[in-house]
Amino acid sequence: MNSLKRKDLLDIQSLSIEEILLICRSAKYFKDIFTRSVKSVPILRGKTVCTLFYEPSTRTRLSFELAAKRLSADLINFSVSTSSVVKGESLIDTVHTLEAMKVDYIVMRHAASMAPHFLSRNINASVINAGDGFHAHPTQALLDAYSIMEHLGRLEAGTLEGLSIGIIGDIKHSRVARSDIEIFKRLGAAVTLCGPPTLVPDTFALYDVDISYNLDDLLPDLDVVNLLRIQKERQKGSLLPSLREYHRQFALTVERFRACHDDVIVMHPGPVNRGIEIDDAVMNSPKAIINEQVTNGVAVRMALFYLLAGGAPLEEMNEEQRGTIENSN
Amino acid sequence: MKIVIKNGRLIDPASKTDEMLDVLVEDDRIADIAPGIKAKNDDGVIDAAGCLVLPGLIDMHVHFREPGREDIETIYGGSKVAAKSGFTSVCTMPNTDPVIDNQALVRFIKLEAEKGPINVFPVATITKGMKGGEISEMGELINAGAVAFTDDGLPVMSSILMRRALEYSRMFNVPIITHSEDLELTDDGIMNEGRNSTILGLKGIPSESEEVMIARDVILTRLSGGRLHVAHVSSGGSVEILRRAKSDGIRVSCETAPHYFSLTDDAVAEYLSMAKMKPPLRTEDDRRAIIEGLRSGVIDVIATDHAPHSMNEKMQELEYAPFGIIGLETAVPLIITELVRENGFSFIEAFEKVTVNPARILKIDRGALQAGKIADITIIDPGKKVVITEDFILSKCKNTPFLGRELYGAVQYTLCNGNVVYSRN
Repeated sequence: MNSLKRKDLLDIQSLSIEEILLICRSAKYFKDIFTRSVKSVPILRGKTVCTLFYEPSTRTRLSFELAAKRLSADLINFSVSTSSVVKGESLIDTVHTLEAMKVDYIVMRHAASMAPHFLSRNINASVINAGDGFHAHPTQALLDAYSIMEHLGRLEAGTLEGLSIGIIGDIKHSRVARSDIEIFKRLGAAVTLCGPPTLVPDTFALYDVDISYNLDDLLPDLDVVNLLRIQKERQKGSLLPSLREYHRQFALTVERFRACHDDVIVMHPGPVNRGIEIDDAVMNSPKAIINEQVTNGVAVRMALFYLLAGGAPLEEMNEEQRGTIENSN
Repeated sequence: MKIVIKNGRLIDPASKTDEMLDVLVEDDRIADIAPGIKAKNDDGVIDAAGCLVLPGLIDMHVHFREPGREDIETIYGGSKVAAKSGFTSVCTMPNTDPVIDNQALVRFIKLEAEKGPINVFPVATITKGMKGGEISEMGELINAGAVAFTDDGLPVMSSILMRRALEYSRMFNVPIITHSEDLELTDDGIMNEGRNSTILGLKGIPSESEEVMIARDVILTRLSGGRLHVAHVSSGGSVEILRRAKSDGIRVSCETAPHYFSLTDDAVAEYLSMAKMKPPLRTEDDRRAIIEGLRSGVIDVIATDHAPHSMNEKMQELEYAPFGIIGLETAVPLIITELVRENGFSFIEAFEKVTVNPARILKIDRGALQAGKIADITIIDPGKKVVITEDFILSKCKNTPFLGRELYGAVQYTLCNGNVVYSRN
């Protein structure tokens, strides 16, 4: 297959399994580039990327910006607070303005679910969803799947079959959970969601996943423990009685970590609430690949830009052809 | 002035008539109904060959946005849209700005309506200022022309206030129309809670948000002896509660809207804010239950909940866009396509929901096509296709998920008080 035949990246659902694997395998190549001395390549020279963030974010935004810069794109960023959006310029008008300035890629983070889908139908620029409401965070899911496959040497095989992955925390309000479930299931893993019933609604059974309310029972069976950030405000809506009780029941504590098997991988999309969903000592364990996820995030986003720009699959190229890409200035 | 309507198939749900009969209209009344009425020289003639000749349709639930949002719709403009859609009588909802909670405002609506082509029956608020605190001056409002009371757009959350409203209204024998929604259970939801809301990551509105309030109000009606009319029923659970209430002899009636028997929440991912309304589109099981509720008669009325919104307001992120879609112009085509053609309703079964039934609930002398009655008449070609395009839509606002749909059932003529107020050609 040749590159990605699509204008936008909106969610995991709309990606084929071939596209998922193409992105992941290309990411490996870009990771090799920037972990060597050469950090940037001229693939996106002359193209303009705009990061349009309607919600605060540090790591996702930085990761996209680094990815764009390492591909030599021109980069602008646009931050809008949600309150000024409600009163001020509409999303459509803002984006038409960007389009009039000939922006090629719009990387959007938005608090409202489906906002990137709405946008993509009304503009010509390429829209990349950097997280919308509770709905989707496709690049996070891609980097999570990549991280597991790379860590376990499964990139060639391109499958998560036989693995048992637990996603623990506030599933209901998590775009990461939804996109992770989609991608892990598509790649053949068995997925179990774990948290209190107020945060793990029965409707999630539609994804053909197991649901557990008891982390202690679940942990010994897991190959991957993927912890989600617990939002402090969940206590207000009576979804949780207290963070203390949450920690007691669902945190990956040092004691619980001992119940995991030896080859377990611990993941977290960040930012981490130390002492709430995970204990410090567990975070510092070599089994926790949280920082590796961050590195991989840049690689996956570089691969995505490259493929959306029409780049050919790198794995089918020989060394010389690849070298041409690196040095084509 | 006389008009003869010839060669049509007369459908009068009030008398269960379905026959080839001509109609003679004289001034504002129906003078005669008989086969083969001969037109005199200067009589007007409408050839209704291939068409249904029906009592003028009644939509007991529209939002014409005046006073307050005349930029979106007016009483006059909305009345013209209604006439084009085959409706000769509408009930305007009182959640305008200001809300319709005093007699001067009811008279204002009646005065504005006189400029337009059809009958407008204002509905006034249950509570002063629609604030849910004190009941409105119901007697004064009825004297001014109000036919029912509702805080539509909002529920009456206070149970004691709902009890008092049902009790007090008994001396006027008018319906209390409820927007049944527990706002706490709705919890800022956007769409039906279920499979689709889970996948789309949108906050859900459980059907229980509607059902617990209908259950409460049915029980309060039993206690108070008033008359309850439940607006825009959307869920199978609601139909079941209402079926039970009716079999228990409680004085309750209800309505649904065409979108609840035509669409499910699958439409949200595709049409985004154009498929956002309250109550929300539900599941296929709910849609089937609504159709069966209409068939069995548990659901008395089809009303459109016609809710114009400007494109600027709708062309926003789904969460920020307002609730509501327009409904007048798609009502007849959806009734014919979905109920008659897809689900085998007879014309009498389908059209009693927009004629005799709402007239009975509202106690207005309309909705029947019989000699001596006011000449409100709608003529529909049920076999003719209409394509719902922006050009087809006369309403200033085009906020509908049915854009692009090809449906059956074209309104050919609308007569109101003996005058032709709309003709298709």
